[in-house]
Amino acid sequence: MAKGVMIVAEQRDGALRKISLELASTARKLADQTGDEVSAILLGAGIEGLAAELGKFGVDKVFVGDNAALEPYVTEAHADATAKIIKDNDPAIVLFGASVQGKDLSARVAAKLATGLATDCTDVKVDGGKMVATRPMYAGKCFGEIVIEATPQIASLRPNVFPAAENAKAGAVTKVDVAVEAQKSKVLEVQKDTSGKVDLTEANVIVSGGRGMKGPDEFKILEELADVLKGTVGASRAAVDAGWRPQKDQVGQTGKVVSPNLYIACGISGAIQHLAGMSSSKCIVAINKDAEAPIFTKADYGVVDDLFKVVPELTAVCKKLVA
Amino acid sequence: MNIIACVKQVPDTEAQIKVKADGSGIEEGQIKWVMNPYDEFGVEEALKLKEKNGGDVTIVCVGPARAMETIRTALAMGADKGVHISDPAFDNADAYVIANALAAVIKTLPHDIIFCGQRAIDDDAGQVGAMLAEALNVPQLTIVTKLEYAGSSVKVIRPIEGAQLSIETALPCVVTCQKGLNEPRYASLPGIMKAKKKPVDVKNAAAIGVATDAKAKVAKTVPPPARPPGKIVCGDEPAQKAAELGRLLREEAKAI
Ligand SMILES: Cc1cc2nc3c(=O)[nH]c(=O)nc-3n(C[C@H](O)[C@H](O)[C@H](O)COP(=O)(O)OP(=O)(O)OC[C@H]3O[C@@H](n4cnc5c(N)ncnc54)[C@H](O)[C@@H]3O)c2cc1C
Ligand SMILES: Cc1cc2nc3c(=O)[nH]c(=O)nc-3n(C[C@H](O)[C@H](O)[C@H](O)COP(=O)(O)OP(=O)(O)OC[C@H]3O[C@@H](n4cnc5c(N)ncnc54)[C@H](O)[C@@H]3O)c2cc1C
Repeated sequence: MAKGVMIVAEQRDGALRKISLELASTARKLADQTGDEVSAILLGAGIEGLAAELGKFGVDKVFVGDNAALEPYVTEAHADATAKIIKDNDPAIVLFGASVQGKDLSARVAAKLATGLATDCTDVKVDGGKMVATRPMYAGKCFGEIVIEATPQIASLRPNVFPAAENAKAGAVTKVDVAVEAQKSKVLEVQKDTSGKVDLTEANVIVSGGRGMKGPDEFKILEELADVLKGTVGASRAAVDAGWRPQKDQVGQTGKVVSPNLYIACGISGAIQHLAGMSSSKCIVAINKDAEAPIFTKADYGVVDDLFKVVPELTAVCKKLVA
Repeated sequence: MNIIACVKQVPDTEAQIKVKADGSGIEEGQIKWVMNPYDEFGVEEALKLKEKNGGDVTIVCVGPARAMETIRTALAMGADKGVHISDPAFDNADAYVIANALAAVIKTLPHDIIFCGQRAIDDDAGQVGAMLAEALNVPQLTIVTKLEYAGSSVKVIRPIEGAQLSIETALPCVVTCQKGLNEPRYASLPGIMKAKKKPVDVKNAAAIGVATDAKAKVAKTVPPPARPPGKIVCGDEPAQKAAELGRLLREEAKAI
């Protein structure tokens, strides 16, 4: 009988990604309901040392697949190894991160195991021995409660939604031999973003600008506010399509889906496609001179005024608050 | 080149989505149906490849009778032919079932490259491309923003969190398209006229021989959790509003 909760940890450049700790904590909570074990899959090269940190966040046992051919991430190599470890250990539930890599990998692994997958979930629980995963559908206009009628039950969790809480367990390492066949795909180059900013999907604070910013240079005032709050700047599609911001900054239905603690929308009207990308943010602030703008229906705090006057003042206020 | 583009018909992004009273799904009555926006990028990229390298573009779609309109849209953009997999048995399909249905058809067609959207904007699963690649036992390149074709391989750009990957893959492979890849064309009037005569093969589940039981089931559809009503921050001057907002964020929301 399939038993226990397994997570598929994600690391890059020898460091665990934050989502891995969110997965560990969430798995711990689920497993504690049934008194089961939490295990983790950790793949890469020279990464055994990371197992201890997974242990700190609630993982009992870590399956480490160490092979130079697993670095950098290539889908088919990771999918083969991940599916094999899952098959050999027969967990009831498997959790992935709904990161770019996690989404790429989870769907391939689910297909290999001929099971179902609930993507980008914002809640998971165990009810009557079965996983129930809640996920936004139709761009968050409704939510579906998904059950998987096959084994294992797989879900991927939206980054930044589930808390990562320490809960020390053994994190005992089991080494797994991972054979990697010749791959048809090859990573030629990894071009790192050198801005030093956290990606929007992982940011705690996002300051976003829209058409109301008037031009690319005006985003400087958002950069300044974001710097003070240790946040990242995002944009509406209007700002991206105008060429003011790069595509990677776009939040929304055809951009990124984000869940920061604080989302500050400046000069963004709140079109339904924009709301689709940010309505799972914990606290939403809207700064817009039009009191009728739809963004105010989603905002926890609204400021009806000229953003060019409010934002610099807010930056000054925040500077004092965080000092 | 033999190019395949998978397209799904989805509710227009502006559509009001109402959950049925019994939680069994959504009310379909008032919805305007369109091609999934990400699939427009796939069709466009397929047409660009064809224009440069010759070959033909086949559209494959699983969906009810109304989905034929979306196939015709792709044909009007310039695709050559279509396969419409239509059967009420797919009504409660999941990504796994859809991917296997697409694979069953694509296996019978010559294929060098297969385009999907990176996700469908209704179910937002983002699974079909990868599952299809597995079913065809070919590599997958998901969330692609740039593609260069070089004979027996392709080179793509994939943005990931905080970096961009440049990846090379041997064909055949599945590519899932992200915004930024290209600017989809509109169907021209002559294109629309021509599309009416282009061949579309309609097949049911039995004809393609796939199982239709979903592995993932939507047990219940619920409206989004209600957000408590927001506050408009008071003050006479921008400076006062900023100060009050700062205070609220600090003391009430504990967000800074
Ligand atoms: C298929 C599809 C997909 C889409 N995907 C996305 C997506 O992923 N993300 C996205 O964002 N959009 C998306 N859109 C576009 C969306 O419909 C809107 O057009 C877009 O979000 C509008 O951007 P905006 O709010 O910046 O601009 P506008 O709607 O023009 O709003 C500008 C706002 O700025 C305010 N303003 C102007 N000057 C000031 C000032 N000085 N001070 C304060 N406020 C000011 C105005 O009052 C106004 O509310 C999509 C559309 C379609 C059809
Ligand atoms: C409650 C419920 C009821 C449903 N009822 C129906 C129904 O009656 N009829 C129906 O057809 N579907 C129905 N579906 C949708 C079907 O289950 C989805 O197509 C499937 O889950 C795939 O997920 P996705 O659409 O999010 O695809 P994603 O994985 O997000 O899609 C990625 C890409 O895969 C390709 N793709 C996806 N689906 C198709 C398709 N159907 N044809 C061609 N290419 C595709 C597209 O290129 C798309 O951009 C229903 C889903 C739910 C949850």
